[in-house]
Amino acid sequence: MARKAMLIDITLCVGCGLCRDACKEQNGLPAGEETKLNANAYTVVQDHGNDVFVRRVCMHCEVPTCASVCPVGAFTKTADGPVLYEESKCIGCRYCMQACPYQVPTYTWDQVAPRVRKCIFCHTRLAEGLPTACAEACPTGATIFGDREELIAEAQRRLREEPEKYVNHIYGLNEAGGSSVFFLSAIPFEQLGFPNNLPDHPLPMLTWNALSKIPNIVAVGGTALYGLWWIINRRDEVGKLQAKLKEMEDRKE
Amino acid sequence: MKKLLGLLTFWRAVLVILLGLGLYATYVRFTQGLGAATNLSDQFPWGLWIGFDILCGVGLAAGGFTLCAIVYIFNIKTFKPVIRPAVLTAFLGYLLVIFALLYDLGRPDRIWHAIVMWNPSSVMFEVAWCVMLYTTVLALEFSPILFEKLGWERPLRFVRAITIPLVIVGVLLSTLHQSSLGSLYLIVPEKLHPLWYSSLLPVFFFVSAIGVGCAMVIFESFMSSRAFKREIEMPLLSQLGRVLVVILMIYTIMKLQDLADRRAWAYVVTPNLESMLYWAEMGLGVLLPMILLAIPKVRLHATGLFSSALLVVLGFVLNRMNVSITGMEGWAQAGYFPSWMEISVTTMIVALGITGFALAARYLPVFPPAEHEAKTMEESPHMAWAE
Ligand code: SF4
Ligand code: SF4
Repeated sequence: MARKAMLIDITLCVGCGLCRDACKEQNGLPAGEETKLNANAYTVVQDHGNDVFVRRVCMHCEVPTCASVCPVGAFTKTADGPVLYEESKCIGCRYCMQACPYQVPTYTWDQVAPRVRKCIFCHTRLAEGLPTACAEACPTGATIFGDREELIAEAQRRLREEPEKYVNHIYGLNEAGGSSVFFLSAIPFEQLGFPNNLPDHPLPMLTWNALSKIPNIVAVGGTALYGLWWIINRRDEVGKLQAKLKEMEDRKE
Repeated sequence: MKKLLGLLTFWRAVLVILLGLGLYATYVRFTQGLGAATNLSDQFPWGLWIGFDILCGVGLAAGGFTLCAIVYIFNIKTFKPVIRPAVLTAFLGYLLVIFALLYDLGRPDRIWHAIVMWNPSSVMFEVAWCVMLYTTVLALEFSPILFEKLGWERPLRFVRAITIPLVIVGVLLSTLHQSSLGSLYLIVPEKLHPLWYSSLLPVFFFVSAIGVGCAMVIFESFMSSRAFKREIEMPLLSQLGRVLVVILMIYTIMKLQDLADRRAWAYVVTPNLESMLYWAEMGLGVLLPMILLAIPKVRLHATGLFSSALLVVLGFVLNRMNVSITGMEGWAQAGYFPSWMEISVTTMIVALGITGFALAARYLPVFPPAEHEAKTMEESPHMAWAE
């Protein structure tokens, strides 16, 4: 299946909140008009004043940080785009929350057996060939769903055709190695609360560099330590032996 | 004697109160969830329990592998007398870290998942395995103390026979583990304050752990000498103080070099909470004890040596808290301060650690018997148990 994605054009969003409501219905979450992602809201619409509304939702990163840090592999990136969470594996270390560059995963803090919650890109709908519930519900076309490559082309087309309308940036194309959700905006993204200091490469590379040294540390370190011990203690033994020999000689004299 | 008893009861009372509060918090934590017991939130998912109980707990246990390496690998036998308290601290430390982890994990009942569900790309996965394996190694390294006490000859001989491989595995696991706690934060370059974020985090964590390991040995020997009225091994500990100077020096140079490489000087001189705490950490916890310990008069004097070691320990704790809490707060824009329940669980764990150490030091052959004590024990073997 081709990789799916969503394009969110902030200039078209009217802040009606239908995407949020559709998401809640789709995922059986209690109704509410949250403005911050939490365990009951996989997506929210934030009012930035002057008729600027920004959706927040999991970016479904191409190389997801959450999946890379989870010790038990509770997160998986599927071939068609979604990043899924498998509750039955999760031990609740919350490293995914600590590490996600967009602060997306949330937690059911009030439960004794809590779980992580985040947008799942309606993967069951995708499997049936349907778009995500939020994209389907959007009355203005601010959120559209489609093939990743086609949506990138579409975003580029909009930037090309109306350069005066947008800041020249497709947010999510390169951030932290790229994602499956893209944003277009008329206002610089950092003013809308988007992290603007993310590297272009996937964040997991940072830890891979450290982790890839482990086999070396173990192999070289183990040998070195053993060697050190061998040399140092051998010198000791030789010393003792020599002392003994000398003693014997001394006695002979 | 009476004064001593009074003192004992005082500390017992403190212990009981700490246990009481801790147990209440335990009850809330496990019946109402993390949300009710802690001030953690979606914006600030890791707090005191990770920052102190885990990061500091593991670091303070570093004396174990440091001294094992010094004595067994480098064959510097002079330090042998303090190896046991160091191994004991490490063992207790790791047990308590696992204990603390049960509080912090959302699903402590699934702590074993890391054994069967693997994600080798995760630093946390590495941490989990290091904790499991190294705790096992520490149990074995600690076991001779117990076997001696029980007079179990055969297992004693067996553990003695595998000392060297055990030490090597222990040193490797510690190296990986101490540094991987730093690696945990490599993934958040955009979140952690530039005073602390560095690609060298794992190295810094490792070197500072070695330093604090030495400091803890000094600290404990001093404390236990007072508690048990033992003679302090001054020449030996001063020697360790000298090692500490070198380690602190290496650490300082690396930190300076790193600041220069990252052009992060501006952050050091910008007056704000972060830079203040950075100064406290580096100035009081690294530079001051380094200078103090470099002065022979201080190093050779029990109080001087002890206070310097204490500074190193405090500086270390501050560093781990800065990385895990102060340095993350600015980004999260969520004020986090631990709830009283988080604090009381932590203090309970610390109290349990101290109690465990005191009990082991009293009833097991952990410290080398002081001259006169050894004599009394010879004269009447039951004396030691009479109290
Ligand atoms: S945005 Fe966060 S939670 Fe979503 S895939 Fe990326 S790293 Fe994972
Ligand atoms: S909280 Fe669960 S899903 Fe998140 S990293 Fe930890 S184990 Fe994985």
